[in-house]
Amino acid sequence: MIFIVSFLVVLMLVGAFAASIFKDLISAVIAAALVSLIASILFYFLQAPDVAMAEASIGAALTAAIFIIAITRTKRHEE
Amino acid sequence: MRRIISILLLVIVALGISLSLAKIPFGTPKTKVGRYYINKGIKETGAANIVTSVVVNYRGFDTLGEVTVLFIAAIGLGAVLTASGREKMRKTEPASMVLYTGCRLLFPLIIIFGTYIFIHGHLTPGGGFQGGAIIASGFLLIYLGCRERRISRLASNLAESLGGLLFVVIGLFGLVSGGYFLSNFLPKGTANELFSAGIIPIIYIAIGFKVGSELTGIIDNLIEES
Repeated sequence: MIFIVSFLVVLMLVGAFAASIFKDLISAVIAAALVSLIASILFYFLQAPDVAMAEASIGAALTAAIFIIAITRTKRHEE
Repeated sequence: MRRIISILLLVIVALGISLSLAKIPFGTPKTKVGRYYINKGIKETGAANIVTSVVVNYRGFDTLGEVTVLFIAAIGLGAVLTASGREKMRKTEPASMVLYTGCRLLFPLIIIFGTYIFIHGHLTPGGGFQGGAIIASGFLLIYLGCRERRISRLASNLAESLGGLLFVVIGLFGLVSGGYFLSNFLPKGTANELFSAGIIPIIYIAIGFKVGSELTGIIDNLIEES
């Protein structure tokens, strides 16, 4: 159990770091969505399924979609 | 350079938060209020899911505030996007056959799952906000997969308004019969049954409709604008 959680936390850190350094903004949004998805799995492990559900549907799906819609209206690559 | 400074700033913030939280023991012991909810929650509200009994019953007024915040955000977005002049829909290429069929098959299942989540909010994990967000993600799938489909703006607005109205009207009924706003005036029934917990399932159904139509409206506004 502790190995799974440590692996997920490391993956989450990698995703957060990737989201901040990617030049391609759509890749950055997907990395940020990965952080939300892993956060929801961790919430489930911490016995908070209510929060996990909200985090998965809002954080991973809707926020990413809204960001991607906004990016398609502006530039895809950061200078 | 800017990147390095921002990463450094984030590290400092993370260090500060972790240092201040390190002293607090994780999980135990529970506070007095938390222990009260766990011991008396089921008996007092009739809801098997204690989180729901806190969100809708003990802290029902805060939930009304939360719903209002979401409502104002959706209204503001709609006003800004409408004021900037609605463009005509750009021509988009249709989605592939696989995506189209997959979306059409998955959409009803997602809607049923979201509805289950908010109707059973007082029994199983989940509730109005989660169910509404799941329903909105189902509509997002329809927008992405079946580009020509549009939801009826009137029906979405109607669901949103009626949901909010039902919440406030039930609160006022509680004020009249129970003495305070949002008091649980319906019979509580036995815990773990679908028809139990008084007003909690009704309020969660109202919130589910409201949040689902609001988030769908936000996505609809954004997609139509782009």
